[in-house]
Amino acid sequence: MQELAYERPTTIAKAVALMARDGARALAGGSDLIPQLREGRRSASVIVDLKHIPALNDFRREPDGTWRIGAALSVAKLGAHAEFAREHAALLASARMIGSLQIQARATLAGNLCNAAPSADAVPLLIALEAIVEIISADGVLSRAGVESIATGPGQTSLVPGDLVTTVLLPPPEPRSAACYLRFTPRREMDIAIAGSGVVLRLDDKGVIANAKIFLASVAPKPMRASTAQSLLIGQKPSAALFTAAGAAAAAECRPISDTRGSADYRRELVAVLTRRALADCARQLGVMLP
Amino acid sequence: MKSVITCEINGEPRDALADGRDTLLELLRDRLGLTGTKEGCGNGNCGACTVLMNGEPVCACLVLAGEAHGAKITTIEGIARGNTLHPVQSALIAHGGTQCGFCTPGIVLSAVALLDRNPHPSPHEIRHAIAGNLCRCTGYDKIVEAIAAVAHGTNIDVKPAP
Ligand SMILES: Cc1cc2nc3c(=O)[nH]c(=O)nc-3n(C[C@H](O)[C@H](O)[C@H](O)COP(=O)(O)OP(=O)(O)OC[C@H]3O[C@@H](n4cnc5c(N)ncnc54)[C@H](O)[C@@H]3O)c2cc1C
Ligand code: FES
Ligand code: FES
Repeated sequence: MQELAYERPTTIAKAVALMARDGARALAGGSDLIPQLREGRRSASVIVDLKHIPALNDFRREPDGTWRIGAALSVAKLGAHAEFAREHAALLASARMIGSLQIQARATLAGNLCNAAPSADAVPLLIALEAIVEIISADGVLSRAGVESIATGPGQTSLVPGDLVTTVLLPPPEPRSAACYLRFTPRREMDIAIAGSGVVLRLDDKGVIANAKIFLASVAPKPMRASTAQSLLIGQKPSAALFTAAGAAAAAECRPISDTRGSADYRRELVAVLTRRALADCARQLGVMLP
Repeated sequence: MKSVITCEINGEPRDALADGRDTLLELLRDRLGLTGTKEGCGNGNCGACTVLMNGEPVCACLVLAGEAHGAKITTIEGIARGNTLHPVQSALIAHGGTQCGFCTPGIVLSAVALLDRNPHPSPHEIRHAIAGNLCRCTGYDKIVEAIAAVAHGTNIDVKPAP
């Protein structure tokens, strides 16, 4: 492992200047980065610790209901906010699948996103809930990007060196909508998803599915939208048969690999079941009895 | 690149020279000689290195030494009061919740952190709080029994739901 300079900026401006240095890398909770550095899977020479920048620890609601979640805010702190926990119970539950309490004391949503693991548990619902990130480039330019555009492949992102994600912006849930993320792991806790499915379902006032978003974990190089399954659902009334068909469609369109944790065929089976169950859970939350 | 880390460990101010690559675990064990904190996996999976950082349980192997600058750290060495064990420690002994002992410092810190924020946890909450602490010996039930006995002042049935 090469020499590391640990830097602790206290303002965004100082962090941006540090991020412009050669070999600079942002450190949020470090739960991905520190083992990666020590095992030689990533390299860095300057570590920019984001946790002492007050603006990056922001956690509040804007007047339009959007939550501003600072990039350094831990999953533990996210869970401590009762109003957030009520409004975004499903997203919070997905973030609380990350490791143990020791890991959640440090891990952040932005880190889960920027690490770009195909198995990242909080990302499917962040995308489905249409979260946006604010980014500052090394030359100080502020931009916004949809969460879906960040991961481009395993460990790869659309961020360029020096880019700093400052905030995750999460809009309030739409009326008559529900969200659910389910994953399968061999162990109940402390394990990486063999497959996961995150669903957001919205009904119109006649009980017809007005919108459906399905994003899958661990079955493609990045969190993957199940487009065929989504279009199958939209315009229909929820039913057990419809959800089974949507699960089968998601299984057919995902692109899993076989590895030590599961074969591609097994992952497809899991996607079918998890998607069907996540849809049924959304219907239950919305008070729909499934025919 | 070496720098001086100043932090409060077990209530006492400490200074130590650390390399930029050092973890808090290395700072504690190798630079300060506080070897009660154990290294199992070195990557966040086993919890043997659990310490409290500003009151929260963290894996010391996943914290850079530099991050500890200015922080309050509690290690297993800071849990007993002189020769008087912490109730969690006594209960682990009484209930057979420690065998080889390698996981025990981490278990104790996870349990202490749990009881600090939730003095009367259910067996399920206890299991969740120690889910990041692997034990190769006890099969966990005796650990859960010990923590439950401290929390409820009496022995209770801690069998997990099937
Ligand atoms: C034992 C263990 C179990 C785990 N279990 C799970 C699990 O079940 N599910 C799961 O999804 N993950 C799991 N993880 C992975 C990890 O904890 C999560 O991905 C976590 O959300 C990462 O957040 P972090 O803040 O620790 O990121 P860091 O490690 O701090 O950062 C991750 C990457 O993103 C970059 N980065 C971080 N923040 C920013 C920013 N603001 N701007 C630009 N780049 C940034 C860093 O440079 C780094 O490359 C586990 C990890 C461990 C050690
Ligand atoms: S040594 Fe830190 S979690 Fe295993
Ligand atoms: S007592 Fe041996 S690992 Fe737990």
